[in-house]
Amino acid sequence: MRRPLWILAVLLSHWRRHPMQLATLLIGLISATALWSGVQALNQQARTAYDRAAATFGGARTAVLVGKDSATFPQQLFVDLRRAGWPVSPMLEGRVQIDGRSFRLLGVEPVTLPSEVGNAPAVGRGRLQSFVTPPGEMLVAPETLRDLGLKDGDRPQANGLTLPPLRVQAELAPGALIVDIGIAQDILKLPGQLSRLLVGKSKAPHATLESVAGDKLRLVEPSAESDLERLTDSFHLNLTAFGLLSFFVGLFIVNSAIGLAFEQRLPMLRTLRACGVSARMLNTVLVIELVSLALVAGLIGLVCGYFIAAALLPDVAASLRGLYGAQIPGQLSLKPVWWFAGIAISILGALAAAAASLAKAIRMPVLATAQPQAWQQAQRRWLMLQSAAALAVFAVAAALIQFGDSLITGFAVLAALMLGAALILPMILQIALALGQRSARAPVGIWFWADSRQQLSGLSLALMALLLALAVNVGVGTMVESFSRTFLVWLDGRLAADVYISAASDQQAKEIKAWLRDRPEVQAILPGGRADTQLGGTPIEVLGLPDHTTYRDNWPLLESTANAWVRLRPGDAGLVSEQLSRRMKLAIGDHIEVPAPGGSWLLEIVGIYADYGNPKGQIAVNFAALTRHFPQTPLTRIGLRVEPDKIAPLITALQEKFGLDDRNVADQATMKRESKRVFNRTFSVTAALNAFTLGVAGIALLTSLLTLANSRLPQLAPLWAIGLTRRRLAALELLKTMAVALITALFALPLGLLVAWCLLAIVNVKAFGWRLPFHVFPLQLIELLAVAMAAALCAAALPVARLARMQPATLIRTFVNER
Amino acid sequence: MSASTDLTRRAFTGGAMALALGGKSFAQGFAGLGESAEGFAAVTPGKPFTFPADHGPHPEFRIEWWYVTANLSDAGGAAYGAQWTLFRQAMKPGGPSEGWTNQQLWMGHAAVTSAGTHRFSETFARGGLGEAGVEAAPFRAWIDAWELRGLDAFDPQRIAPLELKASAADFSTTLRLDAERALVLQGDHGYSRKSDRGQASYYYSQPFYKASGRIVIDDKPVDVTGAAWMDREWSSQPLAADQTGWDWFSLHLPSDEKLMLYRLRQKDGRENLFGNWITPDGRSAEIAANGNSITPTATTEIDGRKLPTSWRVALPARGLAVETAPLNPKAWMGTSFPYWEGPIRFSGSHAGIGYLEMTGY
Amino acid sequence: MLRVTGLTKSYRSAGEDVAVLRGVDLTVATGESVALSGESGSGKSTLLHLIAGLDAADSGEIALADLIVSGLNDAGRAELRRDRLGLVFQQFNLIPSLTVADNLVFQSRIAGRHDAAWHDELVERLGLKNLLRRYPEQLSGGQQQRVAIGRALAPKPLLLLADEPTGNLDEDTADEVLRLARDLVVRTGCGFLMVTHSARLAATLDRQVTLHAGVVA
Repeated sequence: MRRPLWILAVLLSHWRRHPMQLATLLIGLISATALWSGVQALNQQARTAYDRAAATFGGARTAVLVGKDSATFPQQLFVDLRRAGWPVSPMLEGRVQIDGRSFRLLGVEPVTLPSEVGNAPAVGRGRLQSFVTPPGEMLVAPETLRDLGLKDGDRPQANGLTLPPLRVQAELAPGALIVDIGIAQDILKLPGQLSRLLVGKSKAPHATLESVAGDKLRLVEPSAESDLERLTDSFHLNLTAFGLLSFFVGLFIVNSAIGLAFEQRLPMLRTLRACGVSARMLNTVLVIELVSLALVAGLIGLVCGYFIAAALLPDVAASLRGLYGAQIPGQLSLKPVWWFAGIAISILGALAAAAASLAKAIRMPVLATAQPQAWQQAQRRWLMLQSAAALAVFAVAAALIQFGDSLITGFAVLAALMLGAALILPMILQIALALGQRSARAPVGIWFWADSRQQLSGLSLALMALLLALAVNVGVGTMVESFSRTFLVWLDGRLAADVYISAASDQQAKEIKAWLRDRPEVQAILPGGRADTQLGGTPIEVLGLPDHTTYRDNWPLLESTANAWVRLRPGDAGLVSEQLSRRMKLAIGDHIEVPAPGGSWLLEIVGIYADYGNPKGQIAVNFAALTRHFPQTPLTRIGLRVEPDKIAPLITALQEKFGLDDRNVADQATMKRESKRVFNRTFSVTAALNAFTLGVAGIALLTSLLTLANSRLPQLAPLWAIGLTRRRLAALELLKTMAVALITALFALPLGLLVAWCLLAIVNVKAFGWRLPFHVFPLQLIELLAVAMAAALCAAALPVARLARMQPATLIRTFVNER
Repeated sequence: MSASTDLTRRAFTGGAMALALGGKSFAQGFAGLGESAEGFAAVTPGKPFTFPADHGPHPEFRIEWWYVTANLSDAGGAAYGAQWTLFRQAMKPGGPSEGWTNQQLWMGHAAVTSAGTHRFSETFARGGLGEAGVEAAPFRAWIDAWELRGLDAFDPQRIAPLELKASAADFSTTLRLDAERALVLQGDHGYSRKSDRGQASYYYSQPFYKASGRIVIDDKPVDVTGAAWMDREWSSQPLAADQTGWDWFSLHLPSDEKLMLYRLRQKDGRENLFGNWITPDGRSAEIAANGNSITPTATTEIDGRKLPTSWRVALPARGLAVETAPLNPKAWMGTSFPYWEGPIRFSGSHAGIGYLEMTGY
Repeated sequence: MLRVTGLTKSYRSAGEDVAVLRGVDLTVATGESVALSGESGSGKSTLLHLIAGLDAADSGEIALADLIVSGLNDAGRAELRRDRLGLVFQQFNLIPSLTVADNLVFQSRIAGRHDAAWHDELVERLGLKNLLRRYPEQLSGGQQQRVAIGRALAPKPLLLLADEPTGNLDEDTADEVLRLARDLVVRTGCGFLMVTHSARLAATLDRQVTLHAGVVA
């Protein structure tokens, strides 16, 4: 046991003498682990929240029966199915407005609810009676109760009714109100109606669905993913992709640090072998050393990852809420498996990054056989091989674009593009530098280019990291900017009314409208409304738009028939959102059947409109037609056209007259500000990760240059000896680094634009269902180029400064020690 | 939301079903049986029974059940048992209202037992919609797809012939029940006293059924015949608060005599014995508590509970002294409120078959 | 103690086998010091490497005391080097990241044969007392080679093998280093086999063997 410890001590003595190398190695591992596990922590946090939601609603995890062509169906079907042996439990879902805010109301039937539906509202054992007997109880999550500003036992008003007393139920997902089925029917004014039946897992024999329910119901099999999980997949994939990218960039650092340390320790390893350490023992100890370092770095990385996740969580939560309506708690809670996975990924990453060096150590002969010039041949062969691999990867990317049709494909194309570009980078640099060398005349100039080429093998990994980071920055920056521009234009058209009101009840809305009619500054009252239903098993919204010039003139349509707005009036035509049209492959002229309470509603599609930021598909129809087909639609939303200078006084008057607050009434500017704020937060996480990645790439470049600096003395010393000053040498070194960095950055720009195109044309379409126009923003590109050069300058400055201040004796020694 | 299924189940003479209030064990859930009957109808002696009306539900009383057990055997002589039970429970007093506001809760239990296997299932329903219910004429008791239904030529006095159906994931039962003799009033002309403090129930039985049909265990059908017994009981407060459980026997004696016998246990360790001796001509005589006894002779451990599955029954005045043994000592009903219920054999002064139910262990 | 019989070794170079050793016989007795010389390419370094177990012979036998070196696998040869041999090279081959003190002890430590008294004596005799806390790069060539000799002799090996140990040293330093090595060999009673191309230095040892074209001349 003592022997390996002695060998380990000898190996570790290297780091004591080269703390910078050790720092490089640790920084690489720490940043790789930190970013990866930070992103994983965020994903895990979100998934836990989705599970909670899924468990509450007994949603996608449970098989359900839904109406075939209507949003609700008579409860007699439930009785008939029970009598036929079906383990079904009824549910009624709808929305209620409390205090002008909309909540999801779920009516459940506790007696038949299948036990496997999860930890859903556990009606206290003794509480069954108070839950089911009027007035009943309304179960809410603690968060919702807080949001409402109410306390346990309060009875809020909604739909002109006093709701059952609120009861806190900790396991519930926020935003949902749970009541007994009978009470839900009263509140939603849907007597005897159900919106779905949960199917329990009991295997008792039962009659076929058709023999009991005819064609009125449709079975939706459970899916492993909940709706939220499916909707948010793209968001998490995006996060994961960034985490992975940072992880790999971190491993680039680790790889170069380990590679260099190994080269420097070769004589030591040989001496150890000569002194009687067997190859197996040596390799074992090398692995132990690496694993120990990875363990330390992994732990530090995990702590950093925790802080990164905690710092990003508010933005992630806001994005998920804004984009998908997912409620994520703001307090980070991590499972033990996260810690283990983080340590494991650190160790595996370190082993992967060290694989080449370890393999070399295993094959190392005890006797060194000098093979001068071999590296050059090897490098050329390596370059050819890499370039061939790059071309193959590009071919794969092209094939994927051609034949792939999923979000995963989109990311695969991106990954292939980046990998290919990274692989081909050394060849491009080689060619560029060779061209430079050919054009050079002065001897120092020729040396400048030739030496840069020789340096390439040591720097190429760091440059690849820089390339990837820059390309991703360009790509994401372009996408965000494109989105931002499109979104703002779209928002201007979409928020066409001047004032938006959300009344507390239909009754209040009626009173408000009556009051507004007498106000001269009000040019138009635009009632609006929204109903929920489902199409092909996925929930969609039906939006009612009043027939008014405000919409005809401003509402942005991507495609439409000539007289689309006129076609809406009779109520047999609708506009569909871009997401819905892509998801269900709907085009203008197609017909759809929308399940409505009174039966199926046939609509012809006369237009397609952008509906950015909405996870649900949407259909826009004439408002009057909507209220005919969905009589329960709340009539609480009102838009107003108002003379511009009368807006503020009108809002004040409304607030005073009807006791409305800022949440119930807002002007257009406020709405836009809110929307932009949500929008900006959506991309703040992307931006933060982007910056992290660029930072890690900068560190990679710095550490590569630092480790190279020492080994470059023998190349520099002869030049110093023949009369170049140290200052001049330092300047040349700096210039060389900047030159390769510039070439890399210039290559990164077109690559980044390609990445942006992929994001806009493939990933976004698959992930969100909308395609944005592609814009190039030259100023942004120049800015990034400057940032890249600044990063390279910073990275190069330290080793170069050291060179400029180097003692002549150190340079002399290179001649003495040269072997 | 399994918690809501805190219904308890029936039992012996005065047994009942209740909405679970504490709900941790049968005994405590059973304590619900001792809950105040305020607002519900009271059980008083001297009630005239009318059929078929009394086969139907009595919603003015808190609890009620329709309870069938059958001792069966196949062509090769192998013994089986079958149980089919429907419980009704009112959550609060008052006339029944329609739809979801109906305060009735229904619970069904079904089981089959062989020497090596015991299968059971339970299901729940709310009243008011028709998932479960009982109608007196034509007679029909049902919950989900389980049902007990009067057949053609149904005679309310005999409550026969009937068809019984139940099915679950791993077993099913279909039986036809015929009886040539009239049903029998238990206790004192159908008034079954449970304590000295006024707790009682209305109780009648049909112990003379001949059963035939088919039971299926794990998709393996077996044709069976045998004897069956139905208990009908309703009450508002059948047990005193300090009564913890019971041990109930229904025995098919030779020459078509029947014996219903149960012991009520109290917290203080005392116990009360009740029962009726039924002659083939349908005369039912109450068994006196004094001098008669039922005593455990062997126990079986199930789920960490010790259950007395073998007994000695001694009624010296009737010349009866028998030892009982279970067909399957593991006839445990692991339902929301668990209890033991299964077929038994007995021998000694008399020999035959019957059913045993034990609660509160 | 060391007996080499009929040793052959050839290397493949430019597509053909080049025989370096063609049947070498050699013995070194306990306490004997032997100089191995010969022109460049005569195979003297190869012979030393084979004896040291750094490489495997094609045929023939190397026996060190009762151990047949030529029959050992890699692990066995590593054990041989660790426990029975001391090696000194022209390039000193000290570990740059360890101090003189650590370099001195580390072979005896990994061999598990550390002897504090012997270690102190070595430090004394090699004149390293004031250099113990320095790093190799802070030492002169002669000092470095004294450390290397100390490291090789610290586990008290059976045989000290040296490959041109003074090749990088000036004449005076070389003489002094070699004198120290000889004294210590006598003190420990181990065998000493030194490859050198210097006839002057070879003459200072007990016996001289010359290799010529892969055989002992």
